[in-house]
Amino acid sequence: MLRFVAARLLQSLIALAIVSVVVFVLARATGDPLYLILPMSASQEDFDNARRYLGLDRPYVEQYLSFVGRAITGDFGVSLRARRPVSELIRERLPNSLKLAAFAMGVSLAMAFPLGIMAAVKKGTGLDRAAQVISVLGQSLPTFWVAILLVEFVAGRLQWLPAGGIAGFSSYVLPGFTLGWFVVAGLMRLLRSGMLEVLDSEYVKLARVKGVAERRVIWLHALRNALIPVVTFAGIYFAILVTTAIVVETVFAWPGIGRLAYEGISSRDFPVIQAVVLTTVVNLCVDCLYAWIDPRIRYAR
Amino acid sequence: MTPSPVTPPPVAPFVIDVRELRTHLVTRWGTVRAVDGVSFAIGEGETLGLVGESGSGKSMTCLSLVRLVPRPAARILGGQVLLDGLDVLTRSEDEMRRIRGRRIGMILQDPMSSLNPVFSIGMQMREPVALYHGLRGAALTDRAVALLAAVRIPSPAQRLRAFPHQLSGGMRQRVVGAMAIAAPPRLLIADEPTTSLDLTIQAQYLGLLKELQQRHRFALIFVTHNLGIVAKICDRVAVMYAGRIVEMGPVRRLFTRPAHPYSRALLESIPRLGARAERLTAIEGQPPDLARLPGGCAFAPRCPHVMERCRVEAPPERPVGDGHVARCWLETPA
Amino acid sequence: MPAEPAAFALPETAVPAAASRGWRLPIFPLGVIGLFLLVALVAPLLGLPDPHAQSLRNRFKPPVWEDAGSWKHPLGTDRLGRDMLSRIVWGSRISLSAGVITVLLASAFGAAVGLTAGYYGGRVDAVLMRVTDATMSFPVILLALILAVTVGPSFTNVVVAIAVILWARYARVMRGQVLTLMQLDFIAQARLAGAGAWRIITRHLVPNTLGTLLVLVTLQIGYVIIVEASLSFLGAGIPPPTPAWGSMIAEGRDVVTSAWWVSLFPGLAILLVVLAFNLLGDWLRDTFDPKLRQL
Repeated sequence: MLRFVAARLLQSLIALAIVSVVVFVLARATGDPLYLILPMSASQEDFDNARRYLGLDRPYVEQYLSFVGRAITGDFGVSLRARRPVSELIRERLPNSLKLAAFAMGVSLAMAFPLGIMAAVKKGTGLDRAAQVISVLGQSLPTFWVAILLVEFVAGRLQWLPAGGIAGFSSYVLPGFTLGWFVVAGLMRLLRSGMLEVLDSEYVKLARVKGVAERRVIWLHALRNALIPVVTFAGIYFAILVTTAIVVETVFAWPGIGRLAYEGISSRDFPVIQAVVLTTVVNLCVDCLYAWIDPRIRYAR
Repeated sequence: MTPSPVTPPPVAPFVIDVRELRTHLVTRWGTVRAVDGVSFAIGEGETLGLVGESGSGKSMTCLSLVRLVPRPAARILGGQVLLDGLDVLTRSEDEMRRIRGRRIGMILQDPMSSLNPVFSIGMQMREPVALYHGLRGAALTDRAVALLAAVRIPSPAQRLRAFPHQLSGGMRQRVVGAMAIAAPPRLLIADEPTTSLDLTIQAQYLGLLKELQQRHRFALIFVTHNLGIVAKICDRVAVMYAGRIVEMGPVRRLFTRPAHPYSRALLESIPRLGARAERLTAIEGQPPDLARLPGGCAFAPRCPHVMERCRVEAPPERPVGDGHVARCWLETPA
Repeated sequence: MPAEPAAFALPETAVPAAASRGWRLPIFPLGVIGLFLLVALVAPLLGLPDPHAQSLRNRFKPPVWEDAGSWKHPLGTDRLGRDMLSRIVWGSRISLSAGVITVLLASAFGAAVGLTAGYYGGRVDAVLMRVTDATMSFPVILLALILAVTVGPSFTNVVVAIAVILWARYARVMRGQVLTLMQLDFIAQARLAGAGAWRIITRHLVPNTLGTLLVLVTLQIGYVIIVEASLSFLGAGIPPPTPAWGSMIAEGRDVVTSAWWVSLFPGLAILLVVLAFNLLGDWLRDTFDPKLRQL
C-alpha cells in the first residue's frame, strides 16, 4: 500500500514538473510585463535597467532553473506588480479562498444531506421531485449570473447582506451560497442514488426483518453505506471549489487566490501566475490521490 | 428496556395459521397475483417445506408473513396470519416491528449480501439482542458470544470484532442464523438459506437448524426448490405453483403418492442413480406468465392429465388423504 | 413480452407504470434545443436588426411590455442601443457552436485515449492514465485565462482551452467502460477467433460504449456552454463586438438596477439551453445505463 502511495506521489511530481514548464513558457509568451509596470515616459534605458533588475534578461532556461530552485524552498519570487514576495501574497490570499470554500462546502453539505436522503426515502413524492428540480437547476445555472442577480437584489435592493469584500460573517453568505450551489446539486444526486441502491439491499431488508426501527435503518444501516462515494466526492468538490472560485471571487471582490490569479494574468505578473497555478495543481493532485484510494471511483470514472 | 409483548388469546394449537393470504404485485406487465389464497398451519417444533420454481410465490409468501413486501408495488390484500392466535395483518406498524425478529425470525438467501459490510459482526449481533432483551455492556456481549457459540462458530469472542468480508459464506449464514434465533422466535422462516452454500456446508447447516429447532421448539418454514433437502428435514411439505399451494401433506406421503400432476412431475424430474438409463423427464411447456394467468387451473396448459373442466374452473383444495390436500380435479391420482 | 416477468425475481424493481420515472420522450428539452438550434442556424434569415448596429439614441430601451418599450425591440436594447433579441439570437450561434465543437473534439480524442488505455492495459494504460490525471487536475478557467492573455481572446482559444482539458474526463470514463467490457466473454471469444486489436476495438468495444459516450457528450455540452459564458464574462472569451451571452451579462452588470434586461435575458438563455441539455442527458442516461448515475 505504501509503495503505491509513493509511486503515485512520484507520478504527481512528474506531472507537476511538466505543468510548471508549460506554465513557465506560457507566462513568458504572454508578453512583456514591463509595459504594464513602467510608466509611459520610461526610456529605453529604464526598460533595460528594470529588465536586468528583475532578471528578465537572462536566458529562459536559466530563469526556469532558478525558479525551480527557489520554488522548492518555497520562494516563488517577487510579484512584478505588487513588489512583494509572491509567497507572501499567496499566504495572505489562500486562507481566504479556503475559508470561502469551506463555508460553501458546509452550506452545501447541510443542504445536500437531508435533501438527498429524504428524496431517496420518499422516492416519487413531491419532495423527491423538488429535490431533483433543485439538482438539475443547480447544474444548469451560470454562477456568475446568479451572483450578479444576488448582488443586485439581496445586497442592493434589500440590503440584507454585503455585496463584496470580506468583512465579517455576513459577507461569506452570498459568495458562499453562489459557489456551493452546484455542489449541492451534485452531492444531493449522489446521495439520493446511493441511498436508493442501499435501501434495496439485502442487509437493509434483514435489518427490517430483525425488527430494527425504521429511522435507525435509514440513518445508520443504510446511510453508512451510501456515504462512501459521497465522502470521496466531497473531497474532490472541495478542491474544485477552491480552483473554480475565480469567477465568484471576481464578482464579489473576494481577496482569494482566484482573484489573485486573475489579477496576475491580466497584469502579466509571471511569478504570481506560476505560483498560483502550481498551488492549484498541487491541491488537485492531492485529491487525485484521494480518488485513487477509493477503487470504485477509479473504475467508474 | 423491554416493551410489553402483545398478549395473545388462549394458546392456539398452531404456532402459525395462515388463511387465504393474498398479495398482489403491480408491475410493468400487469398485476401479478403473487400470493393467491395461500393457507397452511404449523405447530411447535414442526417443519414445513415450501417448494416451487422461481416465481411461484414462495418468497413473497414469506415476506407477507412479516409484512415486508416491497412497497409501493406490492400490497397484502387479504387473509389472516394468526401467530399464536393473533392476526399479524391487523397489527399497527409499531406492533409489527416488535413482532419482527422477536416472534418471527427470518434467514435470507444470500449470505454474501445479508450482512451489512460496514459494521462488525459484533455490532450486528448486539443490535437484536439489545433490542429484544434490553441487555447492555458485558451482559450484552456475553449473550452475543453465546449465540454465536450456539450456531457453532469457532472462537466466537474474537469473531465479534470481525467484519463480514472476513468470513466465509457458511459462517456468514450461521451468523444470520444466530441473529434469527436471538429472541428466540416462535416461528423461523428460512428462505433458501443453503442455496448459495457448498454441498458439504449445506449438510452441516441443516443439521444445525434442526438442532436449534429441537432446543427452542420454534415452527420452521423452509423455502427451497431442492426436494432432497425437503426429504431430509421437513415434516410436511407444500408445493406452490403460480401463487397457490397446489398440494400439501406429510413428506413421506407426498413423495411416495403425489396427488397433483405438478408435484409428480417435480419428483420425476429428479434424476436417479442406479435405475436403468432413462431419458430425463422435463415438465412440458413454459412457466406461467403471472400477469396473465388463464382462468381455471393455472397448471392446465402443461398438465398431462388435463380435462376440460380444468381450463374452466380452478379446483379448490380437496383432501386426498390423511392431512393431505391437493388442488386437482382428478378423482384418483393417476 | 417475457414469459415470466423479471419483476418476480427482484420485487423491489417492480414499479407501477404510472409512477415510472419521467416521460416517454423528453419533449421539453428536445423542444428547447431544437428551437435554439433552428434559430441559430437560420439567424441571418430572420430579418432581425443588425446585432452590431449601434444607436445611441436608443440606448437602454426596456422590453416591449414595459412603458417605454416597443415592438421594434421586443427585449429592449443595451447600452449601445443594440437590439437585445437579435444579440441573443446571434449569441446562440456562438454558444451552441462552442459547446458542440468543443465537446466533439474532446470526446473524440478522449474516447480514443480511453479505448486504447483500456484495451492494451499494462504500461500503456498506466502512462496514459497518468497523463489523463495530470490533465484533469488543471483548472479550465485558469488555462483559458492564460491563453486569452497570451494569444488574445478568441473563439478558437476558448474551444482549445476547454477541449485540451475536457478530453481527460472522456478518457477516464471510456476506460472504465472498456475495462468492464473486457471482462466479458465475448471479447475473449473474438480473440480466440483471431480478431486483431483494431477489429476488436471497432467492432466490439465502440458499439458497446457508444451509449455511454452519448450520455456524457450531452451532459457536457451544458457544462461547456457555461464555461464559455464564464470566460466571456471575465473578458477572456469571445471578444466584443461579437455578441456572446457571457459578455452581454458582463456589460449589463453595472446597470442591473436600472436596465435589468441587459443582464437578465442572456442569463435566461444560458439557463434554458443548459437546462435542456442536462435534462436530455439525464433522460439518455436513464434510458441507456442507470449505472452511470454518478456522472
